[in-house]
Amino acid sequence: MNAMTKCSLFAAAALQVAVLAGVTVVTITPARAADATVKIDNFTFAPQHFAVKIGTTVTWENKEDTPHTVASSTKLFRSNALDTGDRFSFTFTTPGVYQYFCSLHPHMIGMIVVEAAAGAKVVQ
Amino acid sequence: MSDHNEQASRGVSRRKVLECMTWAGTGVLWTVAGGVPQSLGLVGEAKAQGASAQGAGGLTFLQISDSHVGFDKPANPNAAGTYEEAINRIKALPIKPSFMIHTGDITHLSKPSEFDDADRIVSQARLDVHYVPGEHDVIDEEAKLYRERYGRGTKGAGWYSFDANGVHFIGLVNVVDLKAGGLGNLGNAQLEWLESDLKGRSASTPVVVFAHIPLWTIYPEWGWGTDDSARALDYLKRFGSVTVLNGHIHQVMQKVEGNLTFHCARSTAFPQPAPGAAPSPGPMKVDDGKLRSMLGITNVTFRHGQQRLAIIDTPLQS
Repeated sequence: MNAMTKCSLFAAAALQVAVLAGVTVVTITPARAADATVKIDNFTFAPQHFAVKIGTTVTWENKEDTPHTVASSTKLFRSNALDTGDRFSFTFTTPGVYQYFCSLHPHMIGMIVVEAAAGAKVVQ
Repeated sequence: MSDHNEQASRGVSRRKVLECMTWAGTGVLWTVAGGVPQSLGLVGEAKAQGASAQGAGGLTFLQISDSHVGFDKPANPNAAGTYEEAINRIKALPIKPSFMIHTGDITHLSKPSEFDDADRIVSQARLDVHYVPGEHDVIDEEAKLYRERYGRGTKGAGWYSFDANGVHFIGLVNVVDLKAGGLGNLGNAQLEWLESDLKGRSASTPVVVFAHIPLWTIYPEWGWGTDDSARALDYLKRFGSVTVLNGHIHQVMQKVEGNLTFHCARSTAFPQPAPGAAPSPGPMKVDDGKLRSMLGITNVTFRHGQQRLAIIDTPLQS
């Protein structure tokens, strides 16, 4: 089963209904071209470096049989352990350079540049 | 398997790297015999060593590693099952070891149910188990679950030492507070503790150090090493016999450097590829019939009065 984090509900396109502790939450989020996905496979974040516009939600998905985490180097965000197929999302609301790594396998590193201007582009 | 007899007979100052890589194994039988380790290739020899060690007031203990209870992926859909097989192997040993050392990754995802299952399985051996955590055991922040179960009487994130039959054992933690872009990490507080733990001990005291991630650099591209291990090894180098037992890499690998012998044990759960032999160090899927030849336990025997320590890796299935 894929375990999606609460954050990622807001990243998903279209309609999502979640029933949590008897409370029905309906989130309607329009698909946005700027949203980005990072695949975790072969102990690597891919793409490893890229730029997004402010407000972009980035979703990491673990595609392999080893659990990984997504941890900001400045402790701004930190996922739980992501098992195979699990996802974690974070929305970047402030321009800047965000470095992150897997806290279980710290040689795995990645970087996201959040730009005030529109449009996501790969910088490396 | 490498033969350390020759190494022992020439004295401990000789520097030599011994290759010891084999895919056939269940665990490591360690015989501590007053000095430099010796590895024996055959189970029959191991039994003889164990009997001899016990008769001479020596010590035999077992290393198990990387049980990954909870892992259920194609590389081994039943890691709890193969862990149980390993424990059954231990129960069947003709010479009962004094205790076991588990070099981490007890569980796959640090879940309470996984720790419960692991404890239930290992308890069948009816042996004391001395643990250090692997990175899979400290996934929850602060490593609370691990420390609650195994951390009693330990310092920091779970490091400690104890003595048995004249051998000084040190369990180190190198899987917490890891830094972006880095390898395993011991940290200043633990290193200071290690320095003071060793201070005043006679250089003739045999020392066994165990930690999850290798304390020697095997393959940094895959994170197989510990950033600040050199400082730890510096504190240890004055001792005549130091044996370093690690896990993490799910394969037997050994190196002898002066008085230091490094040994990595097999997993009881799934094999991992040789360094650089695959795009990543993830679980390696092998033919079902081959899996148990790549999992194992390690038996170690120490004998007083001899500069030798016997390390025997035994596969779940030859």
